[in-house]
Amino acid sequence: MATQIIGSTVKRREDPRLITGAGKYTDNIVLPRMTFMAILRSPHAHARIKKIDASRAQKHPGVLAVYTGEDLKKGGVNPIPVGFVLPDMKTAQHHPLAIDEVHYVGDGMAAVVATDRYTAKDALDLIDVEYETLPVVVDGEKATHAGAPQLHPEAPDNVAYYWKVGAGDADKALTEADGVIKQRIINQRLIPTAMEPRVAIADYQPATGDLTLYTTTQNPHLIRLLMALVLGQPEHKLRVVSQDVGGGFGSKIYLYADEVIACFAAKQLARPVKWTEERTENYKATIHGRDHITDAEVGYKKDGTITALKVKTWANQGAYLSNFAPLIPTFFYGPMLQGVYQISNFFVEVWGTYTNTTPVDAYRGAGRPEAAYLIERAVDWVAFELKMDPAEVRRKNMIPPFTSAPYQTSMVYAYDSGNYPATLEKALKNAGYADLRKKQAELRKQGKYMGIGISTYVEITGAAPAQVAASIGAGVALVESALVRVHPTGKVVVYTGSHAHGQGHETTFAQIVADQLGLSVDDVEIVHGDTERTPWGAGTYGSRSQPVGGAAVYVATQRVIEKGKKFATHMLEAAEADVVFEGGKYFVKGTPSKAITFQEVALEAYTAKKVPADVESGLEAISFFNPSNFTFPNGAHIAVVMVDPDTGKVDLTRYICVDDVGKVINPMIVEGQIHGGIVQGLAQALWEGAVYDDDGQLLSGSMMDYALPIASNLPSFETSRTETPSPVNPLGAKGAGEAGTIGSTPAVANAVMDALKPFGVRHIDMPLTSEKVWRAMQKK
Amino acid sequence: MAQLKLTVNGVIYEADIDPRLLLVHYLRDTLGLTGTNVGCDTSQCGACTVLVDGLAVKSCTMLALQASGSKITTIEGLKQDGVYHPLQQAFWDNHGLQCGYCTSGMIMTAVDFLKHNPHPTEAEIRHAIEGNICRCTGYHNIVKAIKAAATQMADNRPLQRPQGQV
Ligand code: FES
Ligand code: FES
Repeated sequence: MATQIIGSTVKRREDPRLITGAGKYTDNIVLPRMTFMAILRSPHAHARIKKIDASRAQKHPGVLAVYTGEDLKKGGVNPIPVGFVLPDMKTAQHHPLAIDEVHYVGDGMAAVVATDRYTAKDALDLIDVEYETLPVVVDGEKATHAGAPQLHPEAPDNVAYYWKVGAGDADKALTEADGVIKQRIINQRLIPTAMEPRVAIADYQPATGDLTLYTTTQNPHLIRLLMALVLGQPEHKLRVVSQDVGGGFGSKIYLYADEVIACFAAKQLARPVKWTEERTENYKATIHGRDHITDAEVGYKKDGTITALKVKTWANQGAYLSNFAPLIPTFFYGPMLQGVYQISNFFVEVWGTYTNTTPVDAYRGAGRPEAAYLIERAVDWVAFELKMDPAEVRRKNMIPPFTSAPYQTSMVYAYDSGNYPATLEKALKNAGYADLRKKQAELRKQGKYMGIGISTYVEITGAAPAQVAASIGAGVALVESALVRVHPTGKVVVYTGSHAHGQGHETTFAQIVADQLGLSVDDVEIVHGDTERTPWGAGTYGSRSQPVGGAAVYVATQRVIEKGKKFATHMLEAAEADVVFEGGKYFVKGTPSKAITFQEVALEAYTAKKVPADVESGLEAISFFNPSNFTFPNGAHIAVVMVDPDTGKVDLTRYICVDDVGKVINPMIVEGQIHGGIVQGLAQALWEGAVYDDDGQLLSGSMMDYALPIASNLPSFETSRTETPSPVNPLGAKGAGEAGTIGSTPAVANAVMDALKPFGVRHIDMPLTSEKVWRAMQKK
Repeated sequence: MAQLKLTVNGVIYEADIDPRLLLVHYLRDTLGLTGTNVGCDTSQCGACTVLVDGLAVKSCTMLALQASGSKITTIEGLKQDGVYHPLQQAFWDNHGLQCGYCTSGMIMTAVDFLKHNPHPTEAEIRHAIEGNICRCTGYHNIVKAIKAAATQMADNRPLQRPQGQV
């Protein structure tokens, strides 16, 4: 309908509460008789718990209870399950509180519940534990070596799973290639650092058996399902509420031990139990991301054609398998190594391994950043060896435009739509690429080192076609729901299974409905984050909320329009086939002057003045949208850096990007997603990295030690878009939440390596700190 | 226990408190002013920034007792007579927030900053918010919002002066 609210910038409706300090974050909730929980976490990366004695803590004034792993087990609490299962996967038991053995620094061992948060923390110091420390392994590859310390008896050699995918004949293609590049490449471990640490408040009503969990989650329904399984709490007696959440980036998808313990304690004590994570605790107890060690072999021809990619990757999964961990380095990584290129020979092997580190799961991008970084570095390696322009090598190998039919890749997926060359050319033009190269040459003569880095990424989002997801190992259908309810006055409330934690769904989902129904955005309310109010939905991650959740909103709205037609038919005294709906009005085809409004129809739906008895009253509709394919956002990012030869310091001076995220609902919000994504990605290239010492101590264990991006180290960004609508959902949307992160890491890394070209440096591993860059420059 | 007396958003409070109580917990837990957030435990993130006698202070790094006798302004005290502070308005207009968790602290830092530097350059703005971490926006629109507020305030200074400013 031509009201054009879809596609225009509408200021966010969630902002008035957030700019006035009235946000509804979980930690703001106060319940009567609320108690506070603190968790004793292991200071050792691997140890046997010989004795744990809580008697002193129990006697401390204000302490209500202390629980250990044994207490939970006796209370019927089950281990936390894995929601994505690969063939022959060895799943180690993950008890919410460790029993007998701890496997990483931060592994929970006991929980104290007290009358206030300070007392709960004090009492942690009064728990006496005797440990027998055990040998430690923190490296995802070394964990598989003979003689490495063993974490779990279920998983010999610490291998949780071995997985492979391929196409053509990689070995033959490598033998026949003009050149082969062999390179070890590390995608370092990152700490998500959503600005709001996690919080859980459990509230149990013994009289009714109802348990409510207020928690910082991206997907309340998944948490309810998993919690029901772990706690044995019937699902209909369990409500999960997650209102304003201060950022997620993947780290708030999973069922965490702390939430389970809070629920258990609330049931035991019949008092609300609140747990608020501290940041230093968050760095250990909340999942990490990435952590791949990879050996890559790239085959190429003299003209720059890439003929083969052979990859061995050790994906460090940490001490236990987090809920969706096995999906990330497999189906979201292996097949995506093809990137935007026509490469037909692949062999990809992945070992998912256990180590004495914090569990690793999906972090913004999840698998695709690792894939994009590898293939985009590989293209630059080829350019380096052949002394070709990296833009030229990309052109040479790029998949031609395909906008009317999907492109079947060599491995697993069919890309939905894309025009990769157009995106690249637009980015080169916006950057003034030819001039940049000229300037670079001039500066080099003056001993100044400028680097220009390109990345042309494609990623996979919009999970998922339910049947495909189930066939590869997903434990739940990743469809998404929307219930569109029209009230008698024509005002609308949408109940969505998606969850927003910064993405602005209260605005964009309302835009979809308002656009279709010819209403003002203010006539539409969006409800999310409460299992008792919203229909079952898989939640928000993997950039799925517009292509799946938004699509559900669209389909349900269409169903409302159809239902409204039944009332309109009688009100207009016409045949249903002749009634049309346009611009918020129903009328008989050809006579728009005799139209009735959507509001009049809504009223009729609840008053039944004109309709006969066989037209059922009420005006609402639900959709569980199941897309026919994933979506594949893509783009071209260009970074310009200056590298100081005296210090190795990298300054990012310009950043230009062109992203194709399909149809856009609200350009302002999409741009914001891209900005934030770019910074998270480039911070991996330049600064961020989780560092463990050999004893398994997290050296980058606080915000003081982990290098987060700050405003003064960054430029403003030059963003723009191309648009190839996705054919797999009615909005044509592809998803925009992770695109920036996936594109920016290789763009910036490539830029730094480009600056170092005169020094003969082909590759150094991220983060590209001053010291590493300076050392690389000394080698010449 | 120890005696505390201070003014928060124009209201005088007196209380007997645990001497180790952090100012941020006093504001959040005792007064229920939950607009001030906690994002770290090492004074890095700035989510907890409030104005203490007009100066931007990380309230997680100060004991409530140290603020005795002070006038404190939190994000809740910024809107005057139903009108947003120009920085609040500019953050809204320029999409300067996503999850909103850093926003209170960012705005309070910027209130103090613009008082000292009413005509900042982009580089000066970026420097001024170095102690405030935002994980969502990449800072692009925050910088834009502060710039827009500066322009607006320079045009319209006397009307928009927030409370707690000297
Ligand atoms: S909470 Fe105060 S600086 Fe982070
Ligand atoms: S808006 Fe989320 S941390 Fe800044």
